[in-house]
Amino acid sequence: MATTLLRPDQTFYPSPRLAAKAPVETLAYMVTFDPARKEPDGLVTVDVDPKSKGFGKQIGRVDAPNVGDEFHHFGWNVCSSSLCPYAAHPHLERRYLLVPGLRSSRIYVFDVKPDPKHPKLVHTIEAREIADRAGYSRPHTIHCGPDGIYVSALGNPDGDAPGGVFVIDHDTFAVKGRWELDRGPQKLAYDFWWHLGYDTAITSEWGTPKMVEGGVNPELLLAGEYGHKIHIWDLPKRRHRQEIDLGKEYQMVLELRPAHDPSKAYGFVGVVTSLKDLSASIWTWYLDGSSYKIEKVIDIPAEPADPEVLPPLLQGFKAVPPLVSDINLSLDDRWLYVSAWGTGEFLQFDVSDPFKPKKTGSVHLGGIVRKAAHQTSGPLNGGPQMVELSRDGKRAYLTNSLYASWDEQFYPEGIKSWAALINAKPEGGLSLDGGFFTTFQQRTHQIHLEAGDASSDSYCYS
Amino acid sequence: MTATLWPWAALALLGAYHGVNPGMGWLFAVARGLQEKSRRGVLSSLLPIAIGHEASIAIVVVAVSLTEQLVPPFLVRLLAALVLVSFGVYKLARPRSHPGGFGMRIGPAGLAAWSFLMSSAHGAGLMLAPVLLGLPVYATYHSLSEISLQAVAAASLHVAAMLVVMGVVAVVVYEKVGLGILRRGWFNMDLGWSFVLIASGAVTLFTAI
Repeated sequence: MATTLLRPDQTFYPSPRLAAKAPVETLAYMVTFDPARKEPDGLVTVDVDPKSKGFGKQIGRVDAPNVGDEFHHFGWNVCSSSLCPYAAHPHLERRYLLVPGLRSSRIYVFDVKPDPKHPKLVHTIEAREIADRAGYSRPHTIHCGPDGIYVSALGNPDGDAPGGVFVIDHDTFAVKGRWELDRGPQKLAYDFWWHLGYDTAITSEWGTPKMVEGGVNPELLLAGEYGHKIHIWDLPKRRHRQEIDLGKEYQMVLELRPAHDPSKAYGFVGVVTSLKDLSASIWTWYLDGSSYKIEKVIDIPAEPADPEVLPPLLQGFKAVPPLVSDINLSLDDRWLYVSAWGTGEFLQFDVSDPFKPKKTGSVHLGGIVRKAAHQTSGPLNGGPQMVELSRDGKRAYLTNSLYASWDEQFYPEGIKSWAALINAKPEGGLSLDGGFFTTFQQRTHQIHLEAGDASSDSYCYS
Repeated sequence: MTATLWPWAALALLGAYHGVNPGMGWLFAVARGLQEKSRRGVLSSLLPIAIGHEASIAIVVVAVSLTEQLVPPFLVRLLAALVLVSFGVYKLARPRSHPGGFGMRIGPAGLAAWSFLMSSAHGAGLMLAPVLLGLPVYATYHSLSEISLQAVAAASLHVAAMLVVMGVVAVVVYEKVGLGILRRGWFNMDLGWSFVLIASGAVTLFTAI
């Protein structure tokens, strides 16, 4: 299925420094899903060319052939890691988007090359193939790796632990199998990424399918049963190396953002909530000698609130938790972006010193209590959630839904979905883009930008 | 004169070709230099890569030399031709082959092992078979020691050419040009290489008959 080029795909860059100079994106891909599981989910194309009349608007949409997939995250078949010296395949084309259904465990493969605005479904990996070959289900994060497509999965086909990582062949899209040869004590799974320059993979923890699919379970949460660890792995040897426990108080250790520069061995991970005071936090992991350590570097406090305006789940706490769900790091490893989905805030930190972040910007949109409006809208619900950053670091694209069953618990009135654009100033600081605010019928989730963005590619050269 | 020189020139040119090809080694050397932020990282990678390459072609050189001792020359050529054509056809069907289990921090021994596997998967040694058969010593019966001497000389010339070209390209890219060159200059030679394998198999076959 894969096609071969005569020169390397021009969307591949050896280093993050070179990728930051890539042409500005004009098209974005976004997935949307139907929380009622009655209509098919979709892969939507959005015009992000500010010179165009349709700026910020949907241009195309291709429906899934089934209902109830729950589109969530997605990723490319190949990317800049194809230039890595030990497993180079630079002449494969970046043209296929792999879109998992987090609930159905199917993975759809869409071809964007014939008509980038109207992708075509060309292949479907069924849940059974993933279960039979890898023993996993509920595929979540996709990363195009140096030697194949890596996918994390929340659990096994019964909905229990362990979750883990499996690999898909980048030539044939066949599921090659479970990635881990020795998983050590690791059971829960969520996100994963790597330090290619250190042959190190990192995985994080959310919960098993049974722990998350019916909504957040308050008893499990208060007992500290959701994920609170990260795991360090030898990437080529596929072996567990180290477990780092943040402590049971820190529930749901989600998005991993390693430094893009492969010569740096540190990165950031967001924690959704603390059981002590409902605060959210950002931690920096780093290599110290031969082992990794972790340190809390940002605390985002909960905001006191009148129980009357809170959903039942939160009334007892008399506060809105920030609920940091997604974070993103600019390609120059300087700016860290943080979505606080509960309080409806989007924050920017200067992380030039990864142990001493400085808050440099903040905008409000939505939020459980605040319901902050865009300049072109009335009060909004949901909050900044999935964030995708352009390679030049100047634009952050946001959507506002988290996960169908959890959306209902925190925003019981039903999330009205939107996508917005935030502009980042070169010296720090954020502003809402007045021209880009669009609402959608279905729930919006991850956005990826044509030809690559700050979370799509990884690099072997600094 | 020309009849005795061409195989040597071909051996050196093939070595130079492998030296220029990013996938065969110089890119790995540059990557290690960038990771260590020093030219020493580039230079210290070159020899392990060359050793791995040498080991891969040595297998073919030894195989050809020994086969020469045991079977008539035309049969050697026939065998070489068959292997070359089938390998060329295989590379057409599966052009991308990268060994698994390697990473950026594999050390000198790992680097040599990687280079050995890459060179073997590429068919670098196989390509030398027809050239070796073109050397005068292989044309008529000679003692094993004479053949061995020439085989060692052939393999060494090939790897020396590769090492020099690889070293120059790696240092120039690391010091001056930068890796941006990859995007413009890394041409896909897989298809061409497959046809060259098949063609040299065909030529070897004709010289056998």
